[in-house]
This record gives sequence, C-alpha cells and structure tokens, in this order.
Amino acid sequence: MTMRMTRRALVQRGAAGVTLLSLPGLLAACGGGGGGGGGGGELADTLRFSNWPLYIDFDEKTKKHPTLDEFTAKTGIKVDYFEDINSNGEYFGKIQRPLSQGNSIDRDIIVLTDNERFLGLMIDKGWVEELDKDLIPNISNLIDAQKSPPFDPDRTYSLPWQSGMTGIAWNEKETGPVTSITQLFEDPKLKGKVTALNGMGDTPPLVMLDNGDDPSKVTDASWTAAMDRIQAAVDSGQIRKFTGNDYAQPLSQGDLAAAIAWSGDIYQLLSSNPNLKWALPTKGGVIWTDNMIIPTGGSAPTASTYMNFVYDPKIAAQIAAYVAYVPPVEGTKEILAKTDPKMASSELVFPSDATLAKAHQFDSNALNNQTYVEQWQKVLGA
Amino acid sequence: MLFFVAPLGFLGYQSLQTGTFDTGYTFDWAFSNYWDALRDYHDQFVRSFLYAGIATIVALLVSYPLVYWIAFRAGRWKNVFLILIVAPLFVTYLVRTLAWLNILADQGPVVGFLRDIHVLGPDGRLLATSVAVVAGITYNFLPFMALPLYVSLEQIDARLLEAAEDLYASKRQAFLHVTLPLSAPGIVAGTLLTFIPAAGDFINAQLLGTPKQYMVGNVIQSKFLDVLDYPSAAALSFILMALILVGLLVYARAVGTERLTG
Repeated sequence: MTMRMTRRALVQRGAAGVTLLSLPGLLAACGGGGGGGGGGGELADTLRFSNWPLYIDFDEKTKKHPTLDEFTAKTGIKVDYFEDINSNGEYFGKIQRPLSQGNSIDRDIIVLTDNERFLGLMIDKGWVEELDKDLIPNISNLIDAQKSPPFDPDRTYSLPWQSGMTGIAWNEKETGPVTSITQLFEDPKLKGKVTALNGMGDTPPLVMLDNGDDPSKVTDASWTAAMDRIQAAVDSGQIRKFTGNDYAQPLSQGDLAAAIAWSGDIYQLLSSNPNLKWALPTKGGVIWTDNMIIPTGGSAPTASTYMNFVYDPKIAAQIAAYVAYVPPVEGTKEILAKTDPKMASSELVFPSDATLAKAHQFDSNALNNQTYVEQWQKVLGA
Repeated sequence: MLFFVAPLGFLGYQSLQTGTFDTGYTFDWAFSNYWDALRDYHDQFVRSFLYAGIATIVALLVSYPLVYWIAFRAGRWKNVFLILIVAPLFVTYLVRTLAWLNILADQGPVVGFLRDIHVLGPDGRLLATSVAVVAGITYNFLPFMALPLYVSLEQIDARLLEAAEDLYASKRQAFLHVTLPLSAPGIVAGTLLTFIPAAGDFINAQLLGTPKQYMVGNVIQSKFLDVLDYPSAAALSFILMALILVGLLVYARAVGTERLTG
C-alpha cells in the first residue's frame, strides 16, 4: 500500500482521511469535459485537471478555487477540476489500461509523485504529451534544484506542482526530540508508539541515510541493509504500523509518540496542535515532488497555458498559502513574506539551504526495480 | 451472467500469464503462479479464514439473542430496533471503520476501562492488534448476520412454542427443538453473508491492524496496485475464490442443502 492520501491534513477539516480508500475517481473518470482532447495544437475551451484532494487554494465561503477562477477570467478557458488522485498506484491502475490501448483518459493535466515508480513509468511508456514550452515563458521561474530531475532531464514532459519533505515528526507531550532513525527504530521508550510511511520512496531512503548509504544511488547491498533494519523494527514491535497520512490523527492525539511524516501535513496540524515538531533527521531526509504531466490525448497547449499561469509567483503564492507545501516557483517566498510572514519564515514551507542540503532525492531506478518493489511489499506485510 | 463470466474469464486468463509490467505479459499456462502464491502467502490465507471464522461466530453469538429479543419481545418497537441495526449501513464502510480508530484509541474509553480492570497492562493497546481487526470485521458485517436471522425468527409461528409448552417442554427444550431448528435457514444465510465478504476483506486489517494482521485481500490489493504483478494478483484472487467455494460446499453438505435454500 503506497498511499499518500491527501496533502493537506484532512483531520483538521473533520474528514479524517475519509478519502483515503474511496474510489470517487472511478466515477469522475467517466465524467470528462467538453472540448478538450485530441492532443492537437489547438487551445481547448476547457482544461481537465486531476489533482490530489485539498491540494489547491479553496475559499471556504464561496466554495470555489480562486486561482482557477482567475485563470478562467484571464484566458477564457474553463477548468474541470477533479480531486480524484488519492494514491499514485491506485490512479495509475485506473488509467493504465486506456492509455496502453492508445485511448485518451479525458484529462489534460494529472499530478504524480516522483518518489514512486508511476511518474517515471508514464514517461518511459510514452503515455505523455510534450509540454509546449513556447506557451510557458514563466518556466524561467522554476527553481534550480528542479530543473533537471533524472526521470525527465530537460523537463520535456513534466513540471513540478509542489514539493514536500519526508522527515520525522514527534509529539512533544509524549517524547523529547526524535532526530534519527536509530532513535525512532531502537529507543525502547518509543516501542509500539512509532509509525513509518508505506511509500517506497519515503521510509527506505531515510533508513539508508541513517545507515550511511546514498539513497540517490541504491545498490543491492544498501537496499538489503535498509530492508533488514526496517524488518527488525517491525519484528521487535517498535513500528506499530505503516501509514499513508493517516498517522496525523493518532500522532496529534498522542497514540503515537513519533512518526515518519511529511512536512506539509505537520505544518497544517501545527495550527491546531502546537505540540507537534517536525525535522529532517540529522543524517538527512527526503525531498519529493509532485509533477504535472499531460497524459496522451490531453491538449498540450491548454495544459501548457495553465502551467505558465501557475508559474507566476503571485499565483504560486496564493496556492502555497493554502497547501503549505514547498513551492517550486522562484519569487514565491518574497510575495508570501508580505501576505503570510509566518509561513514565509517556516522551514517546512521554505526550507533553508542548510535544510535543503540534507534533503535527498531517491534513486528512480530503484523505484522501478521489480525485486525491490516486491521486497518492500513483503516488509509492509503483503 | 455475462457480467459475471467475462471478467472472471479474463482474470483466469491473466492468472496464467508470465512477465512484468515493463516487458509486458504473455500467456503460457503458468500454473506456477498458483503454487507460488500459495507458498508465499500461506499465512495470509490462514489468517483470512481464521479472522473471518471468528468474526462470523462472534457475530452469530451477539446477534442471535439480540434479534431473538427483537422478534419476540420488542413488540411495537420492532421496527425501531431493526432500523438501529441497519443504521450503520447508511454510513460508508470506510467511515465506520475509521470510527473504530477513535473508539479503540490508546487514550480512548475502551482501552482505559480495560486497563482499569487489568485486562490490559498499563501499556496495553487494542489498535494494531488482531483483536481490533476481528472486532472491526465483526462489527462491519453484523447486520448481514442479523437481518436474515431476524427474518427466519420472525416467521416462526408463536403457536408452535405454545404447543411445545403444552406438551411439557421446558423453555430450554422448546428453544432447542422448535426455535433453533426453525431459525436454521437464517443462521446458514447469515453465516454465509458474513463469512464470504469477511474472508476477502482488507480494510479492517489495513486500518486497525499492522502488517502482522494483513489478510489475503491486502496482498491482492498490493499486487494489483503497487507491485503491478497482475498475474499473481489474479492467481491469488482465484485461490481465495476456490477456497471459499470449497468451504461453502463442505458447509452445505454438513448442514444439508435444503437449509441453504430455506
């Protein structure tokens, strides 16, 4: 089970992770929007955009997404916005059959994460359209760190939506600072009060770093060492379970003392529970990025027009202010410094260079290594 | 029929393929998928049937007296109590299971009480244990046990019980020789409706358990969605189906088929 269910802490909004296994997307996938499709060079009158729940700005009063409305006002392109991606694997499972038969999935943009195998698979299989970079002058605002990822070195097919970091969160009422995997996995005081994330690009790289190995170049030896260590922590009862972001509520309640956790979730939880702390382990953590891609059959000009729009720092700041993940757009921090200084100064949203130096990317080859995938699922218990 | 057979045929075809998602799958009568699945996931199969079995028995023991009382004693409140039994079904399966996360939480009232009476140690917990998983399954499928039971108990002619008493049967004897046999179709239907979906369940194990509680459903799900190993996922599904079918036949033979059909 690799599920990153929702990017914003659902708990806060009372939904408590309800979306995590539901399949609303199955229905939504049949919806489709008028006008788009064909993959042609024409601008469509509707953009069909699939994203994760609670992952774009939302006005509670008007029940609308202000930046999407702004996009429509500016370009005349309507947006059919679907919050139907709850897990990379689940979504990929739904779209892979039509795509493999050369059929459109009636989407112009979908958002997949680079620390799971599916984003790379989409590109390798050729199930994506090229970006129309002539329509994305704002691509110059892409932060340097994101310019050349291993799965798409020239950013031919993908652009980042938001990034996040995987580190360790702890509840100060239950424990002192937990700053290493060693402590998390082996401190007897934390036994049974710890969870780890079920993502292959989340927990294993953290353990590799703790072992002194490089997670961006996985070897059989470093992989096996990490698996053995995680398995030992499971067998000893130290790790209570593997989670998606359903760690949030028990951590906040104190059922858990510490958890491997995502930065943006914790930032959101902080407003209701100041006892929560989050940090990258001293030996380093993971940075991952959700990427927008255009699935085959989507309208590249329409999608590219939208991507250009969100790479305007003003728009990026509006979205960041809501979702609290790390924006990939240069200049966002400066704008937020005026509108939301607390967020602009947060390490969780705008990590300092020192933090970024400790944030590693996981080896994309390892993600797609069938043997590793199976071994990881074995550790997860299935 | 088409909607049942066509997907099943495809699943069967898929279960005999070899290959990986990257290289593509080819069909070559790979029965080894079945042996591999049984060998690797033997534990999860056993666990699925064990949990489903316990849950079914507990659901029967809980719902029989409850439904008996509703059918014979609740009088004009019958419908109200029936609605109360069915009411949880108005809420999504997931939400109901998630609610148990709160009910059984370490700081929650249930665990607190069990610690106070020393059933659980001071650090004891229910979440992330087999108990929580079985409790979740029992709760989620209880209505499917209770409703058929109610129907069969409700249909019992009260005059038969009066007749039994007239013939000097004790309450106990009347129950054993009249009520229980007459409610057998309900028991059979209820156990089937509970056991079959429970054996394939994965939500409870995932939310309330740990990897050590994972059932076959969890394995199938991860094979389909994460490992992208469709052949072994299909083989696992077939094995589960076959085992349930065999269990069903044995059960039918044991209780007599006429009771299956009422």
